[in-house]
Amino acid sequence: MAQIFPRSINWFAKASIVLTLVIVGSLLAILLNINRVDFVTQVDVPRDQPVPFSHKHHIAGMGIDCRYCHTSVEESAFAGIPPTETCMTCHSQIWTEAPILEPVRESYRNETSLQWTRVHDLPDFVYFNHSIHINKGIGCQSCHGQVDQMPLMWKENTLNMEWCLECHRQPENFIRPRDQVFNITYEYPANQETLGKELVAAYNVKTSQLTDCSICHR
Amino acid sequence: MPSLTSDKITRKHLDEAAIKEHLAGKSGPEYWRSLDELAQTPEFEEMLHREFPEQASEWDDGFSRRNFLKLMGASLAFGGLTNCTVQPDEKIVPFVKAPEYMVPGKPLFYATAVSQGGVGTGILVESHSGRPTKIEGNPAHPASLGSSSAQIQASVLDLYDPDRAQVITNAGALSTWSALSQALSQAAQLQGMKNGAGLRILSETVTSPTLGAQMQRVLDNFPQARWHQYEPVNNDQTRNGSVQAFGRPLNTYYDFSKARVVLSLDADFLNEGPAAVRYARDFAAARKVRDGAQAMNRLYVAESTPSSTGTMADHRLALTAGALESFALAIASGLGVAVAAPDSPAPSQVAWAEALVRDLNGNKGSSIVVAGPHQAASVHALAHAMNQALGNIGQTVHYTEPLEADSVDQGQSIVELATAMDQGQVDILLILGGDPVYNAPADLNFAQALDKVGLRVHLSSHLNATSRLCHWHAPQSHYLESWSDVRTYDGTVSIVQPLIKPLYPSKSSLELVGVLLAEAGKPTYDVVREHWQDKLGADFEPAWRRALHDGLINGSALPSQAVPPVGTINLPAGLGRAVDDEAVELHFRPDPLIGDGRYGNNGWLQETPHPITHLTWDNAAVMSPATAKLLGLGDPLASRDNALSRQQSVVELRSGERTLKAPIWVQPGQADGVVTLNLGYGQEFGGRVAAEAGVNAYALRQAEGPWHTADLSVSKTVEKQSLACTQNHHLMETRSHLIRWATLDEFKQNPEFAHEMFHDPAEDMTLYDKHESPNNAWGMVIDLSACMGCNACSVACQSENNIPVVGKEQVLNGREMSWIRIDRYYRGEIEDPEIVYQPVPCQQCENAPCEVVCPVGATVHSEEGLNDMVYNRCVGTRYCSNNCPYKVRRFNFLQYTDRDSETLKMQRNPNVTVRARGVMEKCTYCVQRINAARIDSKKSGEAITDDLQTACQQACPTQAIVFGDINNLDSEVARLKDSPLNYGLLTDLNTRPRTTYLAGVKNPNPEIVEG
Repeated sequence: MAQIFPRSINWFAKASIVLTLVIVGSLLAILLNINRVDFVTQVDVPRDQPVPFSHKHHIAGMGIDCRYCHTSVEESAFAGIPPTETCMTCHSQIWTEAPILEPVRESYRNETSLQWTRVHDLPDFVYFNHSIHINKGIGCQSCHGQVDQMPLMWKENTLNMEWCLECHRQPENFIRPRDQVFNITYEYPANQETLGKELVAAYNVKTSQLTDCSICHR
Repeated sequence: MPSLTSDKITRKHLDEAAIKEHLAGKSGPEYWRSLDELAQTPEFEEMLHREFPEQASEWDDGFSRRNFLKLMGASLAFGGLTNCTVQPDEKIVPFVKAPEYMVPGKPLFYATAVSQGGVGTGILVESHSGRPTKIEGNPAHPASLGSSSAQIQASVLDLYDPDRAQVITNAGALSTWSALSQALSQAAQLQGMKNGAGLRILSETVTSPTLGAQMQRVLDNFPQARWHQYEPVNNDQTRNGSVQAFGRPLNTYYDFSKARVVLSLDADFLNEGPAAVRYARDFAAARKVRDGAQAMNRLYVAESTPSSTGTMADHRLALTAGALESFALAIASGLGVAVAAPDSPAPSQVAWAEALVRDLNGNKGSSIVVAGPHQAASVHALAHAMNQALGNIGQTVHYTEPLEADSVDQGQSIVELATAMDQGQVDILLILGGDPVYNAPADLNFAQALDKVGLRVHLSSHLNATSRLCHWHAPQSHYLESWSDVRTYDGTVSIVQPLIKPLYPSKSSLELVGVLLAEAGKPTYDVVREHWQDKLGADFEPAWRRALHDGLINGSALPSQAVPPVGTINLPAGLGRAVDDEAVELHFRPDPLIGDGRYGNNGWLQETPHPITHLTWDNAAVMSPATAKLLGLGDPLASRDNALSRQQSVVELRSGERTLKAPIWVQPGQADGVVTLNLGYGQEFGGRVAAEAGVNAYALRQAEGPWHTADLSVSKTVEKQSLACTQNHHLMETRSHLIRWATLDEFKQNPEFAHEMFHDPAEDMTLYDKHESPNNAWGMVIDLSACMGCNACSVACQSENNIPVVGKEQVLNGREMSWIRIDRYYRGEIEDPEIVYQPVPCQQCENAPCEVVCPVGATVHSEEGLNDMVYNRCVGTRYCSNNCPYKVRRFNFLQYTDRDSETLKMQRNPNVTVRARGVMEKCTYCVQRINAARIDSKKSGEAITDDLQTACQQACPTQAIVFGDINNLDSEVARLKDSPLNYGLLTDLNTRPRTTYLAGVKNPNPEIVEG
């Protein structure tokens, strides 16, 4: 009986084995990395806001401290988004006619809140506390990036759990002196390895507890 | 053990003889949770070996296996895709002008007061961004001292009840406040011409000085108008007892901290009434064997139906109403009280009455005789006379003027109103709160009489049975929504301070009565403030702010009144009548959880098991085994058709011409010849939750004999009804030695009794690594002597930890979610067993069996010794629950958390994850509070102290629960762990639980030997 497939078809059989491996492998790679691509994490994606507020202008340009607006960052879990009144302390004096600021004035006039889109949004089963991080020498910049270079706000880091654990496992790599926490242009010194360990001890950071689940999940 | 695959299990009918045999031969357990357990029926064995009752793990809606597999396949296939979704946008909405003092992300606490039966308890309310979420007791307030009760805890849920009335209606159509106030004030003007002869106001008990003054002004303006007061569970008997003894109504309160011997004549003073929280705390404090102190108070209780107070008794009697009265008479005459009776009461059959009299006489000035609100006025008069004979007045018993703005006999007041309405004398009726159509005495035909009133205006939280018969209905503001004031048990005034603007266009009593005074639209803040303007001293503003801050007006307690000697007490005919052995009487009692029905639409309280019967979602005709037999309901235990089959026989109760069908419940410890019905159930119009629960006992209740009636006949029907009883859920394999108790004498002789014969394995007898807690090590101790099963802890936990309500069907399947269950054990004879409680939350084992079986690491150990539950990792295998010997894990079989009702979302604690379907959960030791305390401590550098409390501990009225850091030797929990009474549950399994128990100690009178 004549063969159904000619000999020349063998290449197809061989190729299909390789192809299967390639396809399965790439599927796995996609599965593993899909949570890390910017489309999902929204890293580096500037978000639309009711007013195109520029951190770059206010920090780098005007030299305003983080805490002027984010008032509760040192004492509460939530850093605080400024009430319209805070905006109006300056903008009732300057740029009072600027069309771009109309939503702010409208909010103040009508006593209706501005609705900002959350840029750094953790899942609801994660409980992050700003105050303890500030208190233990973790700078704003460590999570939020060079905010003074952001004309519109975006996420600098994924805020995935693996990213959090980088620091919760080895805080000595990221800790800085308390007086440098709000320094948005801080650069880690060459001796960070030894300085970090000293600071972890000095600030009484209990590294052994930092990876307990209930530290963040409850 | 019966085969799990057998289709049908032959039902073994329990008979009394078999049970007696078990008890005599000690072949059953020494402590038992139910009659089934005692008799070790096959159904019970099966329940034990299944983790959940039969069918519990299946879907309700006839879901086929094939469909299930299809869905599972699809979920698996698409499961990965959920990763691809981008998190939906969330908005941040800051203030326009931020209020002072409010730090975003931090809760604020405000002092206010909640009223129960018109009398207030001071509370602190936790507010997150303006939303009240949780209630705690106010440590500065005398009625609370920081503790609270199940009802107080649950009252916050009523604020967010989606079934609340939300609009003002006129004849069922939408209307407005201005239309209502116009209609009412016009009608009032007409009344003015005839001095208000046709104007009647019906309110609940009013202790509010402001509302009282307002009412007085209304009565001054309309001299012939009448103010009636009625609540179905009221103080009438207590009030009338004082009139009988002293010639005028007086308020009585007790100081249990000084009492060495207490006799309760049917008074559930630990768990009923507005001062119960304080009484429970004082009473329990004088009962704790701590740090070498070995003195304990002693409690004698006589009651018809078991209560929380009865379970704490050293000597308890279950008596019918008549026998209880003759017992009271016997004790009174033993103490030398002069009594004149028209007919000679039956002699008391109580063997130890003389020993009790000697015990009381030996503690003159440090004893208390307290009569319950359901006893006849003469029994109260006897109690006053006994306290006087014992020299207790001024020591442990105090009198003040009545707390009410106008003290009336409410039973009489409602009769007068109904009569006046029936005779057409009433033109305008203003009903301030309550639901008299539902709960007024049935023989008054209140609904028919109401129909004859020209203008009916009703103010109430729900559109209830009364509202439906009124022309106008206005939604009533919750106490967290409007200003008011209230007196507590000793007269101290608290300003009721709202925390939130009314959610709906609701009004308070002050606003509605204001319309009659031509003050419509005056803010309640101004009304209350003006009332106190000239009463708080010259410097008003600071005093007012201080009162608001502290939650009470300092020094406003009513002064003590001296009372004249009680003369000879004239007893009415029939008091203490001889009891016919064949007679059966009907007793009415407020429900310990939903009260007179006002908490009927509160899912938390409906689903909390009744302290004695452990029934949820229903009331039942409670009777003793002997009574069930007497009534021809067959063999007492077979007739109940077994708690596990969950089908109870329904009987028809007939009193006079009225009948009511109710399921029966056989309750050990109930007095023979007494059928007890709890009030508050069977509300047709109380809301969606209340509508499904129980039968309406008010249908049988008459103006004469509001608390018990001998006019009862019981007949069997063929109907059956399922009752959701939790007593056999979450069983710990009936292992023994879970409960350890001794008498005080036994404890003195052998302080180590709790540890004898128990062998705990050595610490290193485990293959797993030991968990070290070098910093804080959290632990808990629960004192069995102090627990009275009131469930305050359980409801507090539900409020703090966002625990969902699952409904009756799910409770029947053993799926209730409460993180802390209170096991109720009996010991002794089935007629009159002792009752012992044991609250069981997660034991936070150091060698936790749950942790090692979780395939996804969703439950793991923390350094501080907690079994962390990680909801986002949990895939719902339920292996952990299977492997937990304490059965404290709860699984979200379905989407139990209500995700649709917007108002309910406002109640949730933002610091605790709201769980979804398919996730396991359990007690976390309130890890959100621990984390908050740890963060504060790290920021301030100060160590965490005993100020850190779990929600259950904070609520507990008897302070039975102590939580803290066992590494800190100064903490109370560390000291208690050193007590010889301290023992752990099932420690022979080497679980090393962090939650342990203090063995119970009772203090029976050595003179009395109970057989």
